[in-house]
Amino acid sequence: MPYVGSKSLNEIFTSLKIPYKKITNPERDRAMLSKRIIPCLDVREGRTTKGVKFRNNVDIGDPVEMARYYYEEGADELVFYDITASAEKRGIILEVVEKVAAEIFIPFSVGGGINTLEDMKSVLVAGAEKVSVNTGAVRNPQILEQGARAFGSQCVVLGMDVLRVPSSSSTPSGYEVVTHGGRTRTGRDALQWAREAEERGAGEICLNSIDADGTQEGYELTLTRLISTSVDIPVIASGGAGAPEHLTAVFQQSFADAALVASLVHFGRYRIKDLKDDLSQAAVKVRQRW
Amino acid sequence: MIAIVDYRAGNVTSVLTAVNHLGYPGKITDKPDEILQAERVIFPGVGAAREAMQNLDDLQLTGTIKSIIADGKPFLGICLGYQILFEESEENDGTQCLGVLPGDVVHFRTVMHAHRQAQAEHKLKVPHMGWNGIAFPSNGADNHPVLNKIPRDSEFYFVHSYYPRPTPQDILLYTEYGGWLASGAYRDNIVALQFHPEKSGRPGLQLLDNFCSWNGAVP
Repeated sequence: MPYVGSKSLNEIFTSLKIPYKKITNPERDRAMLSKRIIPCLDVREGRTTKGVKFRNNVDIGDPVEMARYYYEEGADELVFYDITASAEKRGIILEVVEKVAAEIFIPFSVGGGINTLEDMKSVLVAGAEKVSVNTGAVRNPQILEQGARAFGSQCVVLGMDVLRVPSSSSTPSGYEVVTHGGRTRTGRDALQWAREAEERGAGEICLNSIDADGTQEGYELTLTRLISTSVDIPVIASGGAGAPEHLTAVFQQSFADAALVASLVHFGRYRIKDLKDDLSQAAVKVRQRW
Repeated sequence: MIAIVDYRAGNVTSVLTAVNHLGYPGKITDKPDEILQAERVIFPGVGAAREAMQNLDDLQLTGTIKSIIADGKPFLGICLGYQILFEESEENDGTQCLGVLPGDVVHFRTVMHAHRQAQAEHKLKVPHMGWNGIAFPSNGADNHPVLNKIPRDSEFYFVHSYYPRPTPQDILLYTEYGGWLASGAYRDNIVALQFHPEKSGRPGLQLLDNFCSWNGAVP
């Protein structure tokens, strides 16, 4: 599979005056790590929901039951995103985490509303492997260092919501970090933020494209490739998966290390096995025995 | 009873959960007498080598670990608990470790240095995080009881930036990441793994189950 060049990506690298990194040949990655498929469960007050562009959420089930189902189905990891609106009901997610930790034996991370070291600790103690910080890290980037020092980099995931914007002096990559589902702009350049987070001790980046999220038209390939080839930590692509070929594209063309799926699997349209069979056919290495 | 050693190197609850799920009684403990009385010991851990060694000293567990191993009780090191069994780690500008297995622990970058170019092209991400396969060495380790009923194409969950370099006769498993690394080692009553069996789905649980019913002897 030859590398499919992207003019815009080269332009981005040139404009930033950073050394252009040669992009790998996916064929050679076959002897390497399996690409991970990660179902994402948005949890509100203890129930899984699914919305489009962070709105119009509908109830789709019990997160613990869904976690068990995906574990049996061959998911490589799980992500729980707590979108509980009220502060007093935030504790509910910890009960979910404890129940999930007691019966599934694959890694999972928890994000949403993580603002302090104490928040991180409560989630990890409840049994999650990793904790994802998003807005909390934008507000207070030092939480990444503190978290890495206290729990190890492998526990600290930077969640980034990213919006495509016109290239400007503050956002030279043409991608801006946003919060609150895209309603709040931060003025931060996404590529610079990813690199800063890596420096500060994040062990992984979960990269969510606001433009692609909920569209089911495919991942944001240019953004994913830009970030994944610019940092040395693993990058999880998120937002936009609507068909198995979208996963193939994000692994082969954008070199994501893992991909988040939601609508694709939540409504029974595809099983994890279908997605993995498709990827295997396309010569993407995935875990086929579980 | 299976003692799961808590030396403040990460959350070890998931190991206990997995052991209990398999039907074995386990206990998370930092008390030397409890560890010495256990029928077998699991030595997990994530985090940095220096702090881990310091914690073992502060908790007066260094001697405990060594005498458990000398007693011949089945002993399972996981992740950091695998790495600090060796003599020395590069981590934190060089850390003296337990030295119960010969060899050292190095960062991915160090060894890959010779293949810098290949590495840049390969975009080897560190930590080595995710699911990877295993291969058996030609030293007969594939007959080891803890590998019983583990399918050859199983994958396990890894998260690490450093890895040990045991002597060839101690290698239990290989895994390919950039180059070949020893993802498991064994000697007498010791089995040690770089990956997390408690987070590796069914093959991981099988391996834990094998360890929990192993008598500590290598055939």
